[in-house]
Amino acid sequence: MEITHTQYKHCDLVKVKGRIDSYTAPQLAETFSKITEDGRFKIALEMSELEFMSSAGLRALINTQKVCKRYNRGELVLVKVPENIHAALDLAGFIPLFKIFDDVLTAVGNF
Amino acid sequence: MEISNQSITPLVVTRSFPGRYDSLASIGDFIRGIAHKAGLGSFAAYTVEMAVDEACSNIIEHAYGSEDKGQITCTCKVTKEGLTIILEDHGRPFDPDLIGAPDISGGLEDRPTHGLGLFFIRQWMDKVDFDFKTGNGNRLTLFKKRQASPESKPTKKR
Repeated sequence: MEITHTQYKHCDLVKVKGRIDSYTAPQLAETFSKITEDGRFKIALEMSELEFMSSAGLRALINTQKVCKRYNRGELVLVKVPENIHAALDLAGFIPLFKIFDDVLTAVGNF
Repeated sequence: MEISNQSITPLVVTRSFPGRYDSLASIGDFIRGIAHKAGLGSFAAYTVEMAVDEACSNIIEHAYGSEDKGQITCTCKVTKEGLTIILEDHGRPFDPDLIGAPDISGGLEDRPTHGLGLFFIRQWMDKVDFDFKTGNGNRLTLFKKRQASPESKPTKKR
């Protein structure tokens, strides 16, 4: 798994590539924690090059969404979700909990 | 070895992996390779990879209790009907019925953060059998049917 983090004025863009499983999910959770501990709660996660995500990744998403949405201070949005991963999000009932965008520009502009 | 969709040759492959989270990527590569040989479509192969990943994570976390406590043995059987995967460990007996289905309809704050792995396994596999009374660890058998739809055909490389 490879994570790149770009901080914009109004939000943070995190791009994750490769594989999120029980081994790598803690790194993603830590990336999100560092952002929220900085007092920043508007995060876009770009997933176009993500090949695999297990429930460990879903846990990182839901925990971060809980922190971001508290007091209406922000949210975690998903961008360019691959088809297989979208099916997993759907089965887990996550679709109503996350805004999903087709491109980074619109996602970042949403904040 | 390439197998066409019409003539799946029965095949049995067994591999063992150290019970560590950093084995999960190698297990995933192994399962994807076998799923391709079994003629599963790309989405079906993904569901098998995910089910096996969830099961192996559970073995490390619950049956062994932590990393480096034992091996995970993975036996794959390719048949005309589909792909069977048997995962065996030597950890504590793990009774899946003690873990209920997660409530996936509630609001954000009520969402459970555990129990999703088993949910995926049960939803996405065509047959799931847990045997935790072997006297020596657990044996989980997963089966995924081959679909005859065009989506499921393997891409032929010659």
